[in-house]
Amino acid sequence: MAISPEQPRVDLEPPCWNNLPRILAWVLVIGLLILLGWGLVRAQQGNVQAGQPAPDFTLETFDGETYSLDALRGKVVVVNFWASWCVTCDEEALFLQEAWEVYEPRGDVVFLGVDYADTEPDAKAFLEHYGITYPNGPDKGTRIAQAYRIQGVPETYFISRDGILAFVQIGPFLSLASIQEQIDLLVEQ
Amino acid sequence: MKKIAILMVFVSFAMGVFGMRDVFAQEATPSDDEVNAIAKEMYCPVCENIPLDVCGTTACAQWRELIREKLSLGWSPEQIKTYFAEQYGDRVLAEPPPRGFNWLAYILPPVAILVGVYILYRTLQAWHKPVPQAPILHTESGDTLEDEYIARLEEELHKRA
Repeated sequence: MAISPEQPRVDLEPPCWNNLPRILAWVLVIGLLILLGWGLVRAQQGNVQAGQPAPDFTLETFDGETYSLDALRGKVVVVNFWASWCVTCDEEALFLQEAWEVYEPRGDVVFLGVDYADTEPDAKAFLEHYGITYPNGPDKGTRIAQAYRIQGVPETYFISRDGILAFVQIGPFLSLASIQEQIDLLVEQ
Repeated sequence: MKKIAILMVFVSFAMGVFGMRDVFAQEATPSDDEVNAIAKEMYCPVCENIPLDVCGTTACAQWRELIREKLSLGWSPEQIKTYFAEQYGDRVLAEPPPRGFNWLAYILPPVAILVGVYILYRTLQAWHKPVPQAPILHTESGDTLEDEYIARLEEELHKRA
């Protein structure tokens, strides 16, 4: 028994543009997922870790001077993130100033204070109140804080002569000795 | 003497009026409402996702005072927001300026809505489309296979009866 099927005509290859919106939708969804993933990874990265090259930055101080980390290569650099509204920054301000007074005459140790998310009048009042004399300036656009991925203030980064991050202090220093301990290690290298 | 007394009364009165004016000038200091009208369109990076007008931290209080100071200097809300964006980055603004990566915030939502509407339209269209019928096969004699099958089925049933 022979069978002669009457097959309906089917277009096996629909025009390409018919699939274009679907392709675009997938591209959009995948793009969004990549962005979301990238954001999550960045958020969970935490601070720049010791052993990594210290991100370069330029700081314009309240006195109008400009410091670039690259230009300080060959010196030990201590970068302290602080703010006048930060309660625990008060605790370490005097220790940092004392440490600066110890190392300033050497000439091969530089302290830089990076004032985070602060107002200029309050920041200047803070510096005056604690008698801070090492260079300090505002973190314009919070760019430096973002480069170092700080989690809060205070945080202090110790950078070796060759620009490598040697030690990260999260939270305030509670003694002069603990600051000196980190600097002495780098000065001897 | 009487003239001098009148003059003194007049001068005192004038000083009083000017004094009053000074008091009015002090009252013209930007109010909390004026400050908060700008602050509610900003976010402090320290306390994320909390608008500046309701944020209770010292940092936010300092920022609000800075807004008040700028307002009293005659700055417009736009100038103040631009100043804060320059000082602390675009992320302090509730509505980021349309430049660079910020464009994504403006482009993605409408594009996502358009794609969603399209997918919904296609899905609804597919639901309303009639289900294609299976092709009916014919034998050479012109009878359909279905007829033949039914005939055989009836024959079998008849035999068993």
